[in-house]
Amino acid sequence: MGLNTFGTSLKRREDPRLITGHGNYTDNMKLPDMTYAYILRSPHAHAKIVSVDTARAKQHPGVVAVYTGKDTEALGGLPCGWTHPGLVTPKHNVIAKDEVNCVGDPVAVVIAEDRYTARDAADLIDVEYEVLPAIIDLEQAVVGHESARVAEAHEEMHHPEAHEHEHTPLGAEIERELASEIPHEPEVTEAPGPRPVLVHDEAAHNTAFKWAIGDKAKTDAAFAQAAHVTKLRVRNNRIHASAIEPRSALASYDVAMDSLTLWMTSQNPHIHRLLMSAFVLGIPEHKLRVIAPDVGGGFGSKIFVYNDEVIVCWASKQLGRPVKWTSERREAYMSDSHGRDHVSHAELATDADGKILGLRVHTLANLGAYLTLFATAVPTYLYGTLLSGEYNIPAIHCEVLGVLTNTVPVDAVRGAGRPEATFLVERLMDTAARELNVDPVEFRRKNFVKPDQFPFQTAVALQYDSGNYDATLDKALELIDYKKLRREQADGRKHGKYIGIGFSTYIEACGLAPSSLVGALGAGAGQWESALVRVMPTGTVNVYSGSHSHGQGHDTTFAQIASRELGIPVENFNIIHGDTDALPYGWGTYGSRSAAVGGSAIVTAARRVKDKAIKLAAHLLEANEADVEISDGKFMVKGVPSKAKSWLDVALMAHLAHNLPPGMEPGLEFSAFYDPSNFTYPFGAHVCVSEVNADTGEVKILRYVAVDDVGTQINPMIVNGQLHGGIAHGIGQALYEEAAYNEDGQLLAATMMDYALPKASYLPSFELAHTVTPCPHNPTGVKGVGEAGAIAAPAAVANSVVDALAPFGVMHLDMPLTPEKVWRAMQEAK
Amino acid sequence: MAQVEINVNGKLRKADVDPRLLLVHFLRDNLNLTGTNVGCDTSQCGACTVLLDDKTVKSCTVLTVMAHGSQVTTIEGLSQNGKLHALQQAFWDNHGLQCGYCTSGMIMTATEILKNNPNPTEDDVRHNLDGNLCRCTGYHNIVKSVLAAAETMRGA
Repeated sequence: MGLNTFGTSLKRREDPRLITGHGNYTDNMKLPDMTYAYILRSPHAHAKIVSVDTARAKQHPGVVAVYTGKDTEALGGLPCGWTHPGLVTPKHNVIAKDEVNCVGDPVAVVIAEDRYTARDAADLIDVEYEVLPAIIDLEQAVVGHESARVAEAHEEMHHPEAHEHEHTPLGAEIERELASEIPHEPEVTEAPGPRPVLVHDEAAHNTAFKWAIGDKAKTDAAFAQAAHVTKLRVRNNRIHASAIEPRSALASYDVAMDSLTLWMTSQNPHIHRLLMSAFVLGIPEHKLRVIAPDVGGGFGSKIFVYNDEVIVCWASKQLGRPVKWTSERREAYMSDSHGRDHVSHAELATDADGKILGLRVHTLANLGAYLTLFATAVPTYLYGTLLSGEYNIPAIHCEVLGVLTNTVPVDAVRGAGRPEATFLVERLMDTAARELNVDPVEFRRKNFVKPDQFPFQTAVALQYDSGNYDATLDKALELIDYKKLRREQADGRKHGKYIGIGFSTYIEACGLAPSSLVGALGAGAGQWESALVRVMPTGTVNVYSGSHSHGQGHDTTFAQIASRELGIPVENFNIIHGDTDALPYGWGTYGSRSAAVGGSAIVTAARRVKDKAIKLAAHLLEANEADVEISDGKFMVKGVPSKAKSWLDVALMAHLAHNLPPGMEPGLEFSAFYDPSNFTYPFGAHVCVSEVNADTGEVKILRYVAVDDVGTQINPMIVNGQLHGGIAHGIGQALYEEAAYNEDGQLLAATMMDYALPKASYLPSFELAHTVTPCPHNPTGVKGVGEAGAIAAPAAVANSVVDALAPFGVMHLDMPLTPEKVWRAMQEAK
Repeated sequence: MAQVEINVNGKLRKADVDPRLLLVHFLRDNLNLTGTNVGCDTSQCGACTVLLDDKTVKSCTVLTVMAHGSQVTTIEGLSQNGKLHALQQAFWDNHGLQCGYCTSGMIMTATEILKNNPNPTEDDVRHNLDGNLCRCTGYHNIVKSVLAAAETMRGA
């Protein structure tokens, strides 16, 4: 293999152990004297806990302990890591004590000698609940809020199909009746009328925050000038992240050392250690070690601090024994944070020439029952800032209400805010094009930010650094043969064959993020990343990264990055991540940040190592430092090919220190903390060609073409793999997935029998192509690729289905576009 | 407790087990064969797929006692004499895995697909993989891997 593999599709170094069944996932681990935890969860969406009787469970053979919310009441609540002015943050108890606020809220925990016994004993716990009215529907939850009126006014001009989703969770009478039964009625500031159902009494109108971005006056002025206004109500469906590995945590308290080690399914072990130490457990940070070994997918769901991992830590310390908890799938679906779940009303103002003048958006964002770690950032800064899409929109105003409901908390899932923004913008673009009777491609082109406009300041805070949007679109059109396809579509319609062509020309902001910027916006976290490059005496290298790999292939790509910098073959690198005691502090993996931010930290540290190594080599070669270079893996003196030192020579001398230049310290290692100066902005053009079966409403994807610009590619095979997975995620959201609740707050999609993840036969092979516009502000030119597919795909798919249904007069359908929904839309048209 | 004798990856295993012990827990907890994973508990995801007398089963919904007297092959038993099975090699060559959690089950199912049909079309492979879920790859490279292995195995 050539020395420099950067930019090549090097086969993954992590695969040999994974394809032979030797992955090291958390649940695989066993410790001597280990116990198992089973968590009893609320079957009710909203209820007072009258009593919890654990006597029978405690007597069950094999049970070690049973704990309830009273036992853990001294622990801190689970933290929310991003604040807004006026934010209402209800306390999120580790184990619910007086009240449960969603199905899945932990009520008690059994610790037993084996997992079957723990589960048996949980059935013996008697919990008496007093069921309270629950609020599930997003629009019902905020009735009466001053800003909700905006939504209500928009409601009148809806497309008719929107009414499908309108239902009253509880009739007003039942509501009043139930409300009157609540003892100690808290004071509510509202005027007369039925007492509103509140998830938490402190959050009036179930609103945790109201947030806005953009210039309202300027936007209103733009609309006053408009020749045409396109209006759309969009519901972005709630989804399960659905990593195939359920979350798991194993805590082991060392009595002698008074320290605790936690192995867990984490995307960011340092964040887990910091928050659990500082806010929840009260264990000093240096006494808590968090290790994230192999992790079977995250997609956002393994970022946050959950009840379960706190419980095992606390219980292990109580018992002096290791405690393991592994989620069952049903538990996972009622305890892992959910994603998306918005209802938005959007208006797009255009002039007589089809140029966009302004965009106005009002969004209700479902936060669920509690505010989890990034819950308040996802529907605000990761959403509102992306509403300019790839377009030159002079005026934008967006207002968001963060809404509490009696459902599982909603937080980041692959894309986090950016899929919601992209879906809204791209559906609006298609709708406006249709209303204006122009081709959706031409309408997009007319409004693209052009290459000579960069850096481009959007109306919603971001400054796009680079891009060529026409280039990706051109390439996509060529790949699908657009003109021919439109002809085939027209022909097909004559014979009852309904083909649709859907575009999504998307941009995303990733590579999270400049720390001072996120700090100014309310983040309780920095967003730099760390690396430590340590050359050992024989010249092989350990690279320590604060990023975490749970499928992304860092063992391969990080070695490729460091190898290029140092001229040392990839097989001589060991990539170490996921252990807070081994690594410098790091912020972990989410927001497509590992390659762009974590990779840049590796480059920075490696360059420091290289500088020192060259100084030492020059000393050993008795040459000028300026004349020494690394070539073919050796330190050479320019123009004197006979004089050379190997990495072994230099590394060994750095450690022996027998002959160092004056003033040089021994050793050969450097760390770096890389803070990006801007987000990165991958973009692209996705095209979905689908066919709707007129008899059944079934949607079949015929072709999916994606042209992406994710900047420089470290490993094209891995880049494409990330895109495949993201696109499948997005297609899943568009066509199949819905984390559905019924009106009582029962989670209907609680197993993989009820939650429709895309299967192999539902999907086509994807046709991918790329343009490469390197990121101008980091040392590798990499932008990030983990989320792009999930951000772009839902709109491409939905646009293709709506396009296929154009002969039926269908203007919009909300995801997921199930056969029933599509079939009904066609029947209504008939 | 119930006494079972099961041949696992060519080795006879005798044990006294709880009659309700799931086969996947017997493999993982009793035998430390942790290559077989649990993803859904209800037979949808297929991460726990093993061969029971040469037929694929979801070991999360098979009782250990049901495997008494049978042969079980897990991912750990697939490579012979340190040489990767053609499917393992193809998954590596074609980036057929990312996080690796579904991979054991995917490969075990694929052995049966290719046994039943050594020359499958892409469509055949996709339909026969419907009992195995993957959230990372979008199946694109899994399908490619299975087709590549089929070609290798036909040639062998």
